[in-house]
Order: sequence, then C-alpha cells, then structure tokens
Amino acid sequence: MTVDTPTRPVGRPIVPAPRDTVARRGSVFLSRHPRLRLSLLLSAPMFWLGLVYIAALAALLITALWTVDTFTGTISQTWTLDNIIAVLTGSLYQTVTLRTVGVALLVTLVDILIALPIAFFMAKVASARLQRVLVIAVLMPLWASYLVKAYAWRSVLSRDGIFEWLVAPFGGQTPGYGLPATIITLSYLWLPYVILPIYAGLERVPDSLLEASGDLGGKTWSTLRLVVLPMIWPAIIAGSIFSFSLSLGDYITVNIVGGANQMLGNLVYTNVGAANNLPLAAAIALIPIVIIFAYLAAVRRTGALDNL
Amino acid sequence: MRLSSLARGLLAAITIVVLAAIYLPLVVVLVNSFSTSTSLTWPPPGFTLEWWVKAFGNAGALDAVLTSVQVALAATVISLVLGTLASLALQRFEFFGREAVSLLVILPIALPGIITGIALNNAFRTILGLQLSIVTVIVAHATFCIVTVFNNVIARLRLLGTSYEDASADLGAGVWTTFRLITFPQLRSALFAGGLLAFALSFDEIIVTTFTAGSSVKTLPLWILDNLFRPNQAPVVNVIAVVLVLVSIVPIYIAQRIAGAEKIAR
Repeated sequence: MTVDTPTRPVGRPIVPAPRDTVARRGSVFLSRHPRLRLSLLLSAPMFWLGLVYIAALAALLITALWTVDTFTGTISQTWTLDNIIAVLTGSLYQTVTLRTVGVALLVTLVDILIALPIAFFMAKVASARLQRVLVIAVLMPLWASYLVKAYAWRSVLSRDGIFEWLVAPFGGQTPGYGLPATIITLSYLWLPYVILPIYAGLERVPDSLLEASGDLGGKTWSTLRLVVLPMIWPAIIAGSIFSFSLSLGDYITVNIVGGANQMLGNLVYTNVGAANNLPLAAAIALIPIVIIFAYLAAVRRTGALDNL
Repeated sequence: MRLSSLARGLLAAITIVVLAAIYLPLVVVLVNSFSTSTSLTWPPPGFTLEWWVKAFGNAGALDAVLTSVQVALAATVISLVLGTLASLALQRFEFFGREAVSLLVILPIALPGIITGIALNNAFRTILGLQLSIVTVIVAHATFCIVTVFNNVIARLRLLGTSYEDASADLGAGVWTTFRLITFPQLRSALFAGGLLAFALSFDEIIVTTFTAGSSVKTLPLWILDNLFRPNQAPVVNVIAVVLVLVSIVPIYIAQRIAGAEKIAR
C-alpha cells in the first residue's frame, strides 16, 4: 500500500495523492490490520448464529435435563437424567429411531441412484442450450409447495388415483399409504437438492480428463469409477446431507402418505404440542442431533461440506 | 472416455423418464385444479374454472402469499449480508476456529427443521420472553438461509482468487473501493443465485415456521396446511401451486441467463 515516492519518470504526469479523508484513513488502517478486517467481517454473522442459533440449541439441550410438573404442566428446573434414560431405553424410541434412520438412508440411496445418471447427462452429454433447459426443469418443482407435492402423491397413490389407473392394466396396484409411500414421496421431494450438487460437481470435472483417460485406454466404466467418481464424491456426500437430514426430521409427509407410521419428528411434535412435554421432546431431539453430528464428522474429511 | 451412442441414448432415456416422474404429480395438480371432483379422483369427472376464479378472490390465500413474500424478502436480504460477510472471512483469511465457523454456518440446514424449530421457539418465548410474530419468523428463516448465500459466494470467491483485488490495491484503491468496483461486480451472479435459493427456501418452509409464527402470522405454507384437508379448499390450493410454479420460471430463467453469460465471458 505505502509506496516510496519514486523518481518521476520523464514525460509522465504525477498521479495526485489520494485526498486525506476520514474514509481514506479508515481504509488505510483496515488494510494494515487484517485481523481487524477479519473480526469486522465475522462479527455480524457470528453474533447472529451464535446468539440466535447456538444459544437456542444449548438451551434446548439443557431443557432435556429438566422435567415437567405433572400437576401444573409447567417446566420445573430440577436436574434429572430421566428423560434421556427414557429415550435411550424405551422400545418405542428404539423402533422409531431405527425406522426413521432406515427411511432416511433409503431415501438418500434412491435419490443418489436417480441423480447420478441425470446429472451426468446434464453436465456431460447435453448441449449448452439443453443444459440450461434441464437445470430449469429440475429447479422448477422446488417452487411448487412442499405440501402440495406431498398431497399430490397422496392423490397419485390413492386407490382411485393415477398410479393405480396407470398400472392396473399390467396387473399392478398402488402401494397405498405406508412406509413405501413415505420413501417414494420423500425421495421425490428432495431429489432436486441431490441432483444440483452432483451436477455442479460433474461440471467441475474437465472434459479433457475424460478424454485423457480414454486415450490411455480407460474403458467407459473404469473411467467413471477411477476418474469421475473420486472427483464427484464430495458432491455426492453433500447431496446426501440434504436428503438424509431433511428426511430425518420430517413429520408432515409421513402424516400425509405414511398411514399410521410414526417417525422421530412425529414423536418430537406430539411431545411439544399435545403432550406439552418439552423436556421429553428435547431429549428425543437429541437422537437426530447425535446422528447428524456423527454423519457430519464422518464426511468432514471428504470435503463435502464445501460442496453443499 | 468416449460414450457410445447406446450409452448416450440410455442416459437420455433415463433423464426423460426421471423428468416425467418429476412432473407427473405436478401435472396431476394442474389437472385437478380444473377438475369438478373435490376429492381428487382420477380420471377427473369433469372440467371447471370454478377453483381458478375462487383462488383469485380468496383473501386468505392472497394475504398469505403477501406475508410469505415479505418474510422471504427480509430473510433473503439478511442472509445475503451475513452470508457474504461470512464467506469473505472464511475464504480470504486463515484463522483458528475456521472449521468451527464453517460448521456453524452449515448447521441450521444440516439439523432437521423440527429441532431448529423447537429450539428457536423455546428461546424466543421462554428465554427471551418475546411474543411470536412475523419478526421471529424472519429471524428463524434468515438463520437457515445464510448457508445458501454462503455456499454460492464462497465457491465464487475460490474461483476468482485475489489477483484482481491485489491489483486494485496496488493501484491505490482503498478497501471499500476495491470491494465496490472489483469484488462485488464479480460476485453479483453468485449473490443472485444464492439469494434466489434463499428466497425459495424461506417461501416454502413449513416446519420451522410452524414453531416460530404466532397465531396471527399466516405464511402461505401455513395457510395451505390449514386448507389442504378441507374438501372445498384443496382445489384452490392446487391453483395456487400451479401459479407459483409458472411464476417461478422468470427468476430461474434470469439466474440461468446471468450464469450462462458469465461462463461465455470467462
């Protein structure tokens, strides 16, 4: 920034020194103090996320250690591990946790398997123009309300719905409402969130690399497995974080198409609302929190968190 | 690697089938919005424009759309500012706790909405003693929208490098001038894309909203949830969904055009 006054080159005008204003001095001061610049940049987002979010989460976790007065229905701040123990040992919670994690894993798997070929087609086969159309086509359903789409599946899968109407001539029938319907609907809802990061990841794989692999004798399949897959792995994981975590906390879709099945979100929801037992709800909420943290810790080293 | 024409054809076929499956429920929604049946039976027994007329005269629905637009706009503006600040800090500086900060930005979207929802509900009401209002909804939405802006901007910053900024500083531009004339113009399309995603995310959010909106605030998803299971309102909901999808083409198209133009320019 500070430059010693050079000897003036012959025939060139002198650039006038910047005027010494307050803004100028502030700017000079800032550029000399990168740490100050950093703290100014960080303070607002950290204030927001730390104060609004982390404080709220911490408070919720503390609530899990309290209990509800059975007479007054108010939270009494007596410390106890009862809620946590109830959640860890209750067979209801174990069953529902297994069911929820199973559904979330299946939804994620289905979404990745569907997203890979379509993202590959978008990024590597389609022309630039078609590519733009396809991105729009994938993004647009995101704007149709989540509820409307879930409800549309309810209508599609109902006994007199379009699914039955389509497959009945081939002897098929609708799966009806239940866990399969929940998995179908959730996969449908989160598919764009999985396609987009994988598509972006594939876009970053240079075509020249694929050609090089081909020139060196790599068959299509081995090129995909040895060159493409390692490069887009972080993007796949990034997509999976969306589908996995969104499925893990869902309770509305399962209400609409899941029949009588409950997921973890339903248990939390009933305990906050009808049962008015926030401490127990907080203790149940710990299950998905722990699962997500374990998942994030496991995938952190892949660099997936930079690909969300 | 050369893809055989068979492989290309297969990929194209899969893409077509998947897109068909993506649009099938939306087509059902579109058709049902003209159907005389209120219980969404297939095939539709008859054609009517009744629901379309009703939807545009439905004060509750129009109010809800307006509320949702307000919430989404405010949350988007906040997340644009905070997301850009955070991404500049994380991309341009090395510091202790950098990873923790990046995890903190991601966390509100990585944790299921119901957890964010009850945590904020508990914090607003019990700890801070606030009344739930449109402000609490905006605060909650902005919290999980930061990450979409953050991701778009940080990816762009990584791509840009610092050479232009360094050159600008060498030529005597101050910190603010460099940002205004060099950094910001290069970030514009990333900000637009991130902001659009943030807007969409907020506009359609239902779970966190359920826990942070008081009874006086009705965003569109809350209104839809109230009306979805009422026989005479479900087709009106379908009309609104169709209109939203159609309207959404405009901003998505603009975002694509900007991104496409930049790709050519680069």
